[in-house]
Amino acid sequence: MTVRVEHSNPSSRVGVVIVAVAFVLLAVAPWWAERASLWNLLAGYAGLVSVGQQAYVGLGAYVLFGLAMLAGVHPLVAIPIAGLASAIVAIPVAALMFRLRGHYFAIGTWVMAEVFRLLASQVSALDGGSGTSLPAAVVLSIAGSRQMREFVIYWIALAQAVAILGAIVWLLRSRYGLALTAIRDNELGARSNGVDVARIKYLLYVAVAFGTGMVGALIFLQKIRISPDTAFSVNDWTAFVIFITVIGGIGRIEGPIIGTVVFFLLRQTLADLGAIYLLILGAVAIVVMLKAPKGIWGLIADRFGWQVFPLERRLVMGDR
Amino acid sequence: MQWLNTILQGILLGGLYAMFAAGLSLIFGVMRLVNIAHGDLIVLAAYIALVTVQALGVNPLVALVIVVPAMAGIGYVLQRGLLNHTLGDDLLPPLLVTFGLSVIIQNGLLEVFTADSVKLNAGAIEIASLQLGGGLAVGTLPLLQFGLAVAVIAGLQWLFYRTALGRAFRATSDDQSVAQLMGLNNAHIFGLAMAVSLAVVAVAGVLLAVRANFDPSIGPARLIFGFEAVIIGGLGSLWGTLVGGIILGVAQAIGAQLDPGWNLLAGHLAFLLVLALKPEGLFPKVQG
Repeated sequence: MTVRVEHSNPSSRVGVVIVAVAFVLLAVAPWWAERASLWNLLAGYAGLVSVGQQAYVGLGAYVLFGLAMLAGVHPLVAIPIAGLASAIVAIPVAALMFRLRGHYFAIGTWVMAEVFRLLASQVSALDGGSGTSLPAAVVLSIAGSRQMREFVIYWIALAQAVAILGAIVWLLRSRYGLALTAIRDNELGARSNGVDVARIKYLLYVAVAFGTGMVGALIFLQKIRISPDTAFSVNDWTAFVIFITVIGGIGRIEGPIIGTVVFFLLRQTLADLGAIYLLILGAVAIVVMLKAPKGIWGLIADRFGWQVFPLERRLVMGDR
Repeated sequence: MQWLNTILQGILLGGLYAMFAAGLSLIFGVMRLVNIAHGDLIVLAAYIALVTVQALGVNPLVALVIVVPAMAGIGYVLQRGLLNHTLGDDLLPPLLVTFGLSVIIQNGLLEVFTADSVKLNAGAIEIASLQLGGGLAVGTLPLLQFGLAVAVIAGLQWLFYRTALGRAFRATSDDQSVAQLMGLNNAHIFGLAMAVSLAVVAVAGVLLAVRANFDPSIGPARLIFGFEAVIIGGLGSLWGTLVGGIILGVAQAIGAQLDPGWNLLAGHLAFLLVLALKPEGLFPKVQG
């Protein structure tokens, strides 16, 4: 008799269809889903609750602007370089931040993002605190017309979303993913079974910085204009992302995608309310955290045993 | 002389930061809760003071008589009604709920008071100063602030180590379940701890409102200053927190003297330096 490990169950086979639907949703909001998925990986799996991921959004964006405006690098080529630069910066930053535990890690990452913001406003070549715009020549090098440019950037964003999500699924199915899931479920247990928790967290933090830097570069390539306050905004790049992830379901790959959908539905219906809209979003996140800590997808998955992405491992005895 | 003056101003500012930090440090000590909404609660206290001053026409410092009990009440209700439900082994619920609270307070204040910055006027005391000789002078108000900060910290120290309530705080801090077995009602104790924390926040908020302009968005930066003072001073040490606040204040003052753009950056760098060289802080007491 043989024992096999199966990843899929009937619902995840049906799930392939749902993935297609998810991509349509992703198409509406690739950036939000990307950012939320990356944060979910960090906080939901590795327990690294960071409130400072805007540091890498802004850093990636500034690297892109610097390369394109000062070094003449083609903006599309600058995107992966921005990711790489973020990852390199994340190496010493992580060494420092990992000295802080739990909650203090969260606020520490926020301080780091503030330091990045203040440093960015000292860079006079990019017009410091007032911010700057990409010159017309650089913008035209992406595509000739405005319509074509938005088309190009949109498809790159979608491709990036698919790539990031694909990379996350691949990661979670690898042995590192097994280690991460173990850390999520019980850190002490994972450690006693030989998982090098500190090393996995470190690697994950740097990898997420890489992804976040690329996403940040692309977001601001689309905006064309950058300033320290927008690039390192805690509300835009972290608060919403956390709310999306928690509402959708933290620690599950489907969560951020569901959360993004809910976020957009709320925004469509409540955006006219201004500050009240944010207030409601905060309140919804609090209620979800207290009443359904696994989020919307957690409720669905527990009730019906669904999983969209084949990540579960089941032992199957005997030949089929 | 100019530098001496800069450092002196930094020290006095540090008193205010120590007060931001003391409330944060207290609730972390008692229930391992880091309150992300701490800074926004400071701003909320400032606005309650504003309403009090406008309604009653009293001096802001007199308004403390109303703001302090009001914030303490809010603290107790907040803890028992909401934050107690988030406590447990998982880090995420308290973090997320206080983060949500921060967004709610910020946008609620924005909706009611608009984004215009305001300031409380404390009258003649604002421009009074004390000559120290040799061209050095300190403002009476900053001096009063610093004195209040020292008094608040001394008061907390006394509360923690000399009273029955302080004993209960320390007992729950050491072991929650044993404290409960000894007949303490943890939910109530946590409520009281948050009440004390927000009473300190109230004093800090009023002093902040008298010192400078404020608007609904400045809360998170106050949280960060308080947090930095706690980490520099070392977790769990109240006097350490005062020293942490002073170091932060002096670093910012020196930074601002060098280049106005370096004001906040210098403070953050001082914090990162301490984190790199002595991650447990200068006067550590408890292990987080």
